Amino acid sequence: ILENQNVFKFLVVERSRDRHKSRSKDSRSEKSVTINTPPAEPLLGDTAVRGEQVQDDNWGETTTAITGTSEHSLSQEDIVRITKDLEDSVGLDCRRYFTRTLAIILGLLVFLTPLAFLVLPHILWPDKLQSCGTACEGLFISVAFKLLILLLAVWALFFRPARAGLPRVYVFRALLAVLVLLFVISYWLFYGVRILDSQDENYQGIVQYAVSLVDALLFIHYLAIVLLELRQLQPCYSVCVTRSTDGETRHYNLGQLSIQRAALAIIEHYYCDFPVHNPALLSASKSRAAKHLAGLKVYNVDGEFPAAPAEGPGNNAAAGIAHSQSRAMIAAAARRRDTSHNELYYEEAEHERRVRKRRARLVVAVEEAFTHIKRMQEEEQKKAPGDVMDPREAAQAIFPSMARALQKYLRTTKQQHCHSMESIQQHLAFCITNNMTPKAFLESYLTPGPTVQYSRDFWRARQWTLISEASVTSGLKDGTIFLLKCVDFSLVVTSKKIPYIQMSEEYIDPKSHKFVLRLQSETSV
Amino acid sequence: MSFVPGQPVTAVVERVEIQKLRQGENLILGFSIGGGIDQDPGQNPFSEDKSDKGIYVTRISPKGPADLAGLKMGDKIMQVNGWDMTMVTHDQARKKLTKKREDVVRLLVTRKSLEEAVKHSKCSYPKH
Repeated sequence: ILENQNVFKFLVVERSRDRHKSRSKDSRSEKSVTINTPPAEPLLGDTAVRGEQVQDDNWGETTTAITGTSEHSLSQEDIVRITKDLEDSVGLDCRRYFTRTLAIILGLLVFLTPLAFLVLPHILWPDKLQSCGTACEGLFISVAFKLLILLLAVWALFFRPARAGLPRVYVFRALLAVLVLLFVISYWLFYGVRILDSQDENYQGIVQYAVSLVDALLFIHYLAIVLLELRQLQPCYSVCVTRSTDGETRHYNLGQLSIQRAALAIIEHYYCDFPVHNPALLSASKSRAAKHLAGLKVYNVDGEFPAAPAEGPGNNAAAGIAHSQSRAMIAAAARRRDTSHNELYYEEAEHERRVRKRRARLVVAVEEAFTHIKRMQEEEQKKAPGDVMDPREAAQAIFPSMARALQKYLRTTKQQHCHSMESIQQHLAFCITNNMTPKAFLESYLTPGPTVQYSRDFWRARQWTLISEASVTSGLKDGTIFLLKCVDFSLVVTSKKIPYIQMSEEYIDPKSHKFVLRLQSETSV
Repeated sequence: MSFVPGQPVTAVVERVEIQKLRQGENLILGFSIGGGIDQDPGQNPFSEDKSDKGIYVTRISPKGPADLAGLKMGDKIMQVNGWDMTMVTHDQARKKLTKKREDVVRLLVTRKSLEEAVKHSKCSYPKH
């Protein structure tokens, strides 16, 4: 609608999403890397490993990570295509196997070294060797048990199913592996030069040397526990996680972690705490936004066509004109008498009323349905084996009476795609088996629960992208901001340092609690 | 009307003479008192200074002896028959007012309007 002929000069063209996205991405030059969270595979997953074990964890990229803006500044369809490709890509698996074999080699090397130290003298110069006395044989026992303890400790710390595939190397694990490797190499060097070459006869000394190696390995394992597990336990930063589509916010306390590990912790919390992402609820605001500008159309009145090639001065003019044109549109939209707030208010009130009514009907229907089911005792079962049903059949029997009310309620709250009939019946059988009340059965339908609650195919967002301006292996700092993007939405994460708390004490003597009575009486005379 | 410790209290007072009325066994005066040094002065609605622990008239029975004598609600009683009422407990005040042997009580009471009346009269007649 033409409002002001002087102001509008050009046709409004909707810019394509592709160009817009790539422009913004390039200008910011951020690194975007991909985190894969494979669902339930125990053997694949985490990045760098510490070594010293035959284990399942992955070694992260010792080569380059997936960085680079060009790969990810794409439109929606390309992102989806890339995720599909990555899942069957060969490159990623090669990296995982490579790290795993490295870890296995390191583990074998480390475990066999003390044994080799003990056995080699017997093989190479058995005649020159002093016989092993009592103290020496005692040391054998010590070596054996320490190796056993080391084995159990390594199993406990590293033989765990990997939770995720992180984009970069896990720095601490890589450092520890390098430390172990250097350590073992230096021990071999010393052994090779001083013992093998000179063919030392003092076997007890050799055994003590092997024992010292195992002791030092145990201490390195202690260091691993402290660095990998204990250091991040003390909360240090408070992170605020907001979902971009509907503004759901949660706060968590994290310790000193690198950005990628913090992102992993946040994703794990996301699945448990955030209500499931429901795109159907967002359509209302989008339609409102579309209506705001739908009534305005801009026409070119003065005859200057923007189809001229954008070179040199013409380009600048076009940019300047685009600015004034958008400002004009905003001004016109503000001036137009907008009653959409009224519509919103009444629409929301009406919706609320409708939801409450449907909910009341649903609650009554479910309560009624549950009264038809009664649990049979053992004795009764033997007496009357006629009409006995197992939980699934019982659920199927009472389901039809509540199905319609439940479906209407789910439709009104736009949750009907989250629950299939099969899942509802399963849940009903589960509730009946565990003696739950109708209210307990309904709880999962009345409020949208966390993503964990729904079926597997709801966990669509297994592929997350970490977008961060700082390097993802650097630690969390006060004011760090990064994004965790998945296909439908993104999580914006900001971190703040938990302040230093100064606490003082004040002693109250228990006898100091004394009271007086304050009256105001009135006497008539 | 508040007092400064160590300084004499000055106030403009009115003499009120109340004849006790005999009602059966009792002699009543027809008003109620509140306040006293053992009471909480902050709850007194009639005092200007909330730390004033004097005896105040809180209620007057209409057409009673006190009403007829001209006692008003909110008056602070300074003396009863010569006995000081500015530093007494509530019970002592009650006792001084309800002595069975006395038929008449002569009160000295003060109120804000008395001060103002005196001020007005001072202003109207300038000093020579």
